[in-house]
Amino acid sequence: MEKDTHFILGVYDDEDVLLHAVEQVRGTGVKIHEVYSPYPVHGLEHVLGYKRSRLPIAAFLFGMLGTTLALTMQFYMMKFDWPMIIGGKNHAAFPDFIPVSFELTVLLASFGMVSVFMISSNLKPWAQPRIFDLRSTDDKHIMAIDIANNSAIEVDQIKEILRSSGATEVNNKSFE
Amino acid sequence: MAHHGEQHYNLEQRFDFTAATKKSIMTVLVIGAIILGIGIILGMTGVGHHEEAGEAGGHAFHWYERLFANLWINNVFFTGIALVGVFFFAIQFAAQAGWSTPLLRIMLSMGSWLPIAGILMIASFFLTGHSLFHWWHAELFDPASPEYDSIIDGKGAFFFWPLAKGSFPVFYIARMVIFFGFWVFFINKFKQISAQEDQLGGTSHWFKMRSWSAYFLVFFAVSSSISAWDWVMSIDTHWFSTLFGWYVFASWLVTAVSVITLITIFLKGRGYLEMVNQNHIHDLGKFVFGFSIFWTYLWFSQFLLIYYANIPEESVYFVERLTSDVYGPFIFVNLGLNFFLPFLVLMTRDAKRHGIFLKVVCSILVVGHWVDFFLMVQPGTLGHNGGIGFMEVGMFLVFGSAAALVVLGALSKTNLIAKNHPMLEESYHHHI
Repeated sequence: MEKDTHFILGVYDDEDVLLHAVEQVRGTGVKIHEVYSPYPVHGLEHVLGYKRSRLPIAAFLFGMLGTTLALTMQFYMMKFDWPMIIGGKNHAAFPDFIPVSFELTVLLASFGMVSVFMISSNLKPWAQPRIFDLRSTDDKHIMAIDIANNSAIEVDQIKEILRSSGATEVNNKSFE
Repeated sequence: MAHHGEQHYNLEQRFDFTAATKKSIMTVLVIGAIILGIGIILGMTGVGHHEEAGEAGGHAFHWYERLFANLWINNVFFTGIALVGVFFFAIQFAAQAGWSTPLLRIMLSMGSWLPIAGILMIASFFLTGHSLFHWWHAELFDPASPEYDSIIDGKGAFFFWPLAKGSFPVFYIARMVIFFGFWVFFINKFKQISAQEDQLGGTSHWFKMRSWSAYFLVFFAVSSSISAWDWVMSIDTHWFSTLFGWYVFASWLVTAVSVITLITIFLKGRGYLEMVNQNHIHDLGKFVFGFSIFWTYLWFSQFLLIYYANIPEESVYFVERLTSDVYGPFIFVNLGLNFFLPFLVLMTRDAKRHGIFLKVVCSILVVGHWVDFFLMVQPGTLGHNGGIGFMEVGMFLVFGSAAALVVLGALSKTNLIAKNHPMLEESYHHHI
């Protein structure tokens, strides 16, 4: 069976049940593709066993880039390109550069972080999101299990595991 | 965290202030006193500084002025820590915070230093005020005198009203007494409501505490700012900065939150507060990190505007410090300890969640913000006769260990946990 095409969906209507279900399902050895929920469920990424995001590292690096760019730009402009005396200070008056450096640090850190997040989450504007179950945008939590990823376990057995973990419905979903 | 089972914590636990702990704090106090003694002897015999008559406002420098300045630095510094500990307590109620419930008694017990701090502050003002505060010199207000200072004359009523300028600073002392009086009143009120809550339970005490917290915060907002002008800014009588109250408050705030964190980690190390986990520590770490940046923001805002505008009567404050051999290096020590160190060390999540990083950073911050107050007080009072020597280290240790004895003593007198606080359950499940 092809990967990423045929899924079993467990539908949950309570976040506490969902959190326990995720632990239970993972405990039986079933690999969960993803869980979709209408709002952020506290602790979900933890029970799903996700590694901590490395986004802060990207933010730090972009921030450093911003600081470096800002300081280089100001030193170049004020010291070499077009020296100006402002308020009787040196051409390269370091304290004067701090506000601009701060602003560019924040700007690049936030733009960089948002861009990296968009790219790594595949959130390009023309992306066609796959909707597993429309109700995951309303009041249901959807646990998606890729059948191809769990070839060692019978489909019926997976469905039984989902039901016993508290799923109110268990559905099939296939994509082209 | 996903397991919301029944929690069984010992809510009746009390901090046992053991003889061994008392003894180690007493040892620090005695060591501090010895170092202070050495400092005083060195000062009396004139070792370590060059006396130059005619400096510092036309009078010769006496060794005891440095002692007075040290007394004042530590008075202001430790008063602030105690006061802002209670401020942080009140904020928890005003913000209806639940996560901090097991830490409330720590914050409240910090206020126990305030009655003593008040007596010390008022006594040392009577004893040392005349030599510390330039404005308390009658000749400044006498137009016939060659020392007449029209700027200070214009500000005189702020100190001396309703008496004649240059006589006795009634208004100043009245403010000091009223502030301490109200602060101690509010702390006693908080302690009283806490004790009632422990006995009776229910939510009514929480609502009562929230109202009193709100009154306290309003009073604190005004009084903390004015105390900063009175106790610190008036040393440099000609100079003023409109954000000085905030700046002093920010310094106190970082130190107080650092002290709360240190006491929490100390108690956890002793096996108390088992409901306090890494998430609570993380929140305290975020406060230390965030308020350190806030302090830097205020420090730099004050500096940059003065530096950039370069108006002589304003820039004199920084010229006095930056161009001085004694204080110049400490400006950078100040920024290094209070900004770069916490900023870089506490940036990651892991550093904020582990006691060992916080223990180191918070201890350094307490020293760092002492340096900040040192830089506010000494240049204006001692000029080039100041510096950090035996007297400074000794006085800091004496004050610090005395405050630790009082605060930990107060902590051991009541239950460590506000066991009937309606949000206690919420704090068990605090997760970030």
